[in-house]
Amino acid sequence: MSDALKKTPLHENHLKLNARMVDFGGWHMPVQYISIIEEHVATRTHVGLFDVSHMGEIEITGPDALSFLQKMVTQDVSKAKDGEQIQYSLMCTLNGGVVDDILIYKFSPTHLFLCVNASNTDKDFEWLCQHKAKYRVDIQNRSLEYVQIAIQGPKALSLLQEMTSVPLSDIKYYRFTRGKVSTIDMIISRTGYTGEDGFELYLPSEKGPQIWEELLDRGKKYHIQPCGLGARDTLRIEMRYPLYGHELSSTISPLEADLEWVVKWNKENFFGKEALVQQKEKGIPRKCIGFELLEPGIARQGYAITDAQNELIGEVTSGTLSPTLKKAIGIGFVKTCYAQIGQELAIEIRGKKVKAKVVPTPFIKKKASGG
Amino acid sequence: MNIPDSLLYTKDHEWALHENGVVTVGITDFAQNQLGDIVYVELPAPGTPVTKGNVFGVVESVKAVSDLYSPISGEVIEANEALKNAPETINKGPYHQGWIIKVRVSQPNELKELLTHEQYKKLTSS
Repeated sequence: MSDALKKTPLHENHLKLNARMVDFGGWHMPVQYISIIEEHVATRTHVGLFDVSHMGEIEITGPDALSFLQKMVTQDVSKAKDGEQIQYSLMCTLNGGVVDDILIYKFSPTHLFLCVNASNTDKDFEWLCQHKAKYRVDIQNRSLEYVQIAIQGPKALSLLQEMTSVPLSDIKYYRFTRGKVSTIDMIISRTGYTGEDGFELYLPSEKGPQIWEELLDRGKKYHIQPCGLGARDTLRIEMRYPLYGHELSSTISPLEADLEWVVKWNKENFFGKEALVQQKEKGIPRKCIGFELLEPGIARQGYAITDAQNELIGEVTSGTLSPTLKKAIGIGFVKTCYAQIGQELAIEIRGKKVKAKVVPTPFIKKKASGG
Repeated sequence: MNIPDSLLYTKDHEWALHENGVVTVGITDFAQNQLGDIVYVELPAPGTPVTKGNVFGVVESVKAVSDLYSPISGEVIEANEALKNAPETINKGPYHQGWIIKVRVSQPNELKELLTHEQYKKLTSS
């Protein structure tokens, strides 16, 4: 292992659990503890525990915090309720490419808290700082100050409720509150990346190991399973949640990625708006789809997608065996005219054409919501 | 890590069992453990010629695609068809029901070039 790899405050806890560790975006992270499939199934049926401390946290404060962020993101942050609402959003470049996909926690119009992708944290921070000139804002990269722990699955609420007096069922999906869990003050957020009900906790780094151990201990009776990045990936693929570097990048537009719902056209002005308006008028050349394979094989990122006449029509961005469906599923981009449900495709796997078809997504039916 | 002393090994983590001119081939316990949950196996058809050190098939885990290298030259006489529907058999029993192909050996001398269990043990513990 290279010394240059960053470690989360829970690194020792992962080693103690004999996790298999990998380099993920410069972080030494657990990819699995026992088996990706078992961890995946445990999250769908009981409760999974994830160290997601590699994610970045950026805090924006000051009298112009709201107007500044409104300029930087595609969502309408003015619509979010102060002190309780979270928005999924995109930060775009002028040409409509995606800098990152982020969560925005609106404490108040003068205090906004962003959760950003690990490998994009430095880039996002610089991007925000580059554009703050006219605004009275202070931007801080808080990433090293927080441990982020995700508790996901049907038993997540019962488990976490044992450790807090905050009435968790009152926190709706994509809402947050500040409160004590065990004796520690933290942000309790009803969010996740699995499709299951659950929570993400942001707490001071040094308190991480204590809370992690307590969750594991109290979670035993709920069959809790620590889960690595492997299961995190298969869980999000089953929901067709995008992952930056796969379904999102500086050369993929939000419209192509099927994320128009977070682009708020009525907002006066924001980075990328003009380019996106033009794209919307002209129509997009390609579109994100979910597919399943009709013949044996596994589709992987970068594999070519062709039509029945063998014409190249797109590319796979993510693929796996779905542990829930026990079928090979994938996400990719194809020319827009091939994006309808039911469309037959072929995925080129090691020189062989493997039949596939476009299917509705999420691949599995889940209601990830509070209340 | 289970490394039976009755088998021969490659540095690419295949094992070989020689019986009467036929070599049974699979991947080692170390390999299946490193790969994690195996979800797909691509097998050669019987009759396919294989060459020592060359790719004869593919195993895929949830995360990764891995080539299979033949420990010996010859002709495939049988592939473990049960793996098509139950690739996880390799995780459960890499040396027994998780065998992958049987090869009729054309160059018996090549067997001497394979690793003994001691040599393979050394390789995986370094």
